[in-house]
Amino acid sequence: MKRLRVDSTVIVLGILLLVIAIGAILVATVGRSFFSPGNIRDILTGMSVLGLVAIGQTLVILGASLDLSVTYVISLASLIAATTMNGNAANIPWAVTLTLLVCALIGLVNGLIVTVLKVNGFIATLGVGLILQGVLNTNFQGSAGSVPWAFQLIGATGLGPVPVSTIIMIALAAVVWFLLDRTRTGAHLFAVGGDPEVARLSGVRTRPPLIAAHVLCSIFAGLAGLLLASRLGVGSPTVGQQGGYALLSIAAVVLGGTLLLGGRGSVWGTIGGVAIFAVVDNVMSVMQVNPFLKDVVRGVVIVAAVAVYSRRAIVRRRTRFGPGGTRTGGDAEAEAAAPAMVAASHALEAEADRVEGDAATQGGAR
Amino acid sequence: MRFLKALVSPRGAVFLLLVILLVAVMVLNPNFAEPGQIMRYIQRVAPVAIVAIGQYFVIIAGEFDLSQGSLITAQVIVAGNLVGQDDSRTVPVLALMIVLGLFVGLVNGLLTTLLKVPSFIVTLGMMLALLGLVLWWTGGAATGNPTDSFRQIGRGGIRDLPVIDFLPWSVLILAVWLALGIWITKRPLGKLLIAIGDNARATRYSGARDWWVTTRAFMISSLSATVSAVLLVGYAGVHPSVGRGYEFVAITAVVLGGVVLGGGRGWIVAAVAGAFVLEALFLLLNIAGVPSSLRDAVQGVIIIAAVAYSGLVFRSRRRGGTQTPPSPGKEPDAPDGAEESSATPALAGEGAAHNNRS
Repeated sequence: MKRLRVDSTVIVLGILLLVIAIGAILVATVGRSFFSPGNIRDILTGMSVLGLVAIGQTLVILGASLDLSVTYVISLASLIAATTMNGNAANIPWAVTLTLLVCALIGLVNGLIVTVLKVNGFIATLGVGLILQGVLNTNFQGSAGSVPWAFQLIGATGLGPVPVSTIIMIALAAVVWFLLDRTRTGAHLFAVGGDPEVARLSGVRTRPPLIAAHVLCSIFAGLAGLLLASRLGVGSPTVGQQGGYALLSIAAVVLGGTLLLGGRGSVWGTIGGVAIFAVVDNVMSVMQVNPFLKDVVRGVVIVAAVAVYSRRAIVRRRTRFGPGGTRTGGDAEAEAAAPAMVAASHALEAEADRVEGDAATQGGAR
Repeated sequence: MRFLKALVSPRGAVFLLLVILLVAVMVLNPNFAEPGQIMRYIQRVAPVAIVAIGQYFVIIAGEFDLSQGSLITAQVIVAGNLVGQDDSRTVPVLALMIVLGLFVGLVNGLLTTLLKVPSFIVTLGMMLALLGLVLWWTGGAATGNPTDSFRQIGRGGIRDLPVIDFLPWSVLILAVWLALGIWITKRPLGKLLIAIGDNARATRYSGARDWWVTTRAFMISSLSATVSAVLLVGYAGVHPSVGRGYEFVAITAVVLGGVVLGGGRGWIVAAVAGAFVLEALFLLLNIAGVPSSLRDAVQGVIIIAAVAYSGLVFRSRRRGGTQTPPSPGKEPDAPDGAEESSATPALAGEGAAHNNRS
């Protein structure tokens, strides 16, 4: 008996469709077409940077941590890439490698502070963010470096209405989905995020998955920085902060149905959350909403969208035993095993009584 | 000896850090030891410390309030635009600001508790919405400079006192706010907040109206931000960047004070001491001539180190403390029909194992 389970990813897709429908109607009222190739390209382009950051953020949040340092990692990555390339196309491979290595190192530091020093992820990454801010302030006064045309093409070209950057983002999301759903590290990350103590008692080493999540998160932020550098043509020390990517990516992850407490969620939900943001932003741009009011609408949309499903999604737990749950045997097997378990529990009880009696007599003797 | 031990413990670590920082400041700048200078230092801390008091109540309940900074900005701009050069408007505008603050807190709290949206998201949305609304209303530029009588709250004080010479109002307000805060922690509200932060479900089952308790914590937080905004209008003036980042400063201060993110543990005085530590840190970096561009980095390192230290000390103490076994005979009487329930035998077995070890 298979029942269709309404999980949060489905709800996110529902909200996304609703937002698209409302957006299309609103856009139609000002006499523009929502589904024109140009508009779709705008939306997909808007998704790519936040999408990259949010994919990384999903990993960290699944591990019950947070990463607030991504904004500064993005800025730093754009600067490292742009200054290393310095307008020369021959430097591109080395620049990309160097940028991602630096980002991985930052992620490693984040992960070690969170796992070894046991500093809460919020504070750890806030502190690392401040350190990176200091590095940015001391080394860069303004935009620096220049990106060769060959690299700028990544941010500028597309296959039909689909930009290359979005294709890269979706492909990486698929890689992360594979990592989460099909590999041991992914399963361990879910376990550690759900309950580190239970994971530890089950024989999972709790540190490596979380460290890996932090490293990947910073690498994804670095990729977002590379993409921004390719779009801007220069590296900028404030590009991350201007986008407010840390908080927005967390919002997108939660919007996508991932629990802030960790242990439950999916990367496709996150992509859905990012798409909702992109569509709302696009509709507001087309309708020429006052830029300050845009923030108001964003705030309301974040809260409203999460409110739609959080009531049921948080309370709802996957049933461990019974239809739709995970279990090793079938119902028949469980029923067959029941008498044996009852007998075992009675035996245990008798044993316990005996031991307790012993303890009592010993206590009396003392 | 006991005092020393208390200083190294996580509860005392923040005070130890504060003493070290203040001594370092005094060594580098002996003038700082004068009472008047110390008063000015406390005056500078007051807005941060008051916000930290508000954030404390939210954090011990296991929630976040990210909207504080935006609320401060909003309130500062409201004051700047509405008070103007008219003394008679001071009191009505103050009342309006308090109502606005309470309303924001109420909305935050109700969305968090009744709609079950994580407070991180609720207050993030509120942060975006508040700032956007206020900037939209003012057209992006903060105009208006409130009358002097309004600004006196933040910058004025009682002059010509014996020892300290000058007692700023903001120091008095901070003292009153802290006293109120301590009073609340002694009241059922404070105890319930800690209980909710520790185990929300158990608290609900024991009959607490948890939604109203948590909502009141958010209202305290927003009210604190409002008070801080009133002080900042006098101290820093009207500008759309006043209050920016205060929520993170407040959370950092509270965590430096040994309050556990996620709730259930923490002392309000230590949280305020955390705010003092942060401000002393800025002061020290300033006096030591650390280039302003590096200040953020040093601050980041010290925050991580301090929190890591208090965490390590706390864990080592706990490890030492878990050796006391549960005393035998304290198990609740088994209810009737315990034999049918499958959980009881296992529990009894576990209890027996404990007894055995002892």
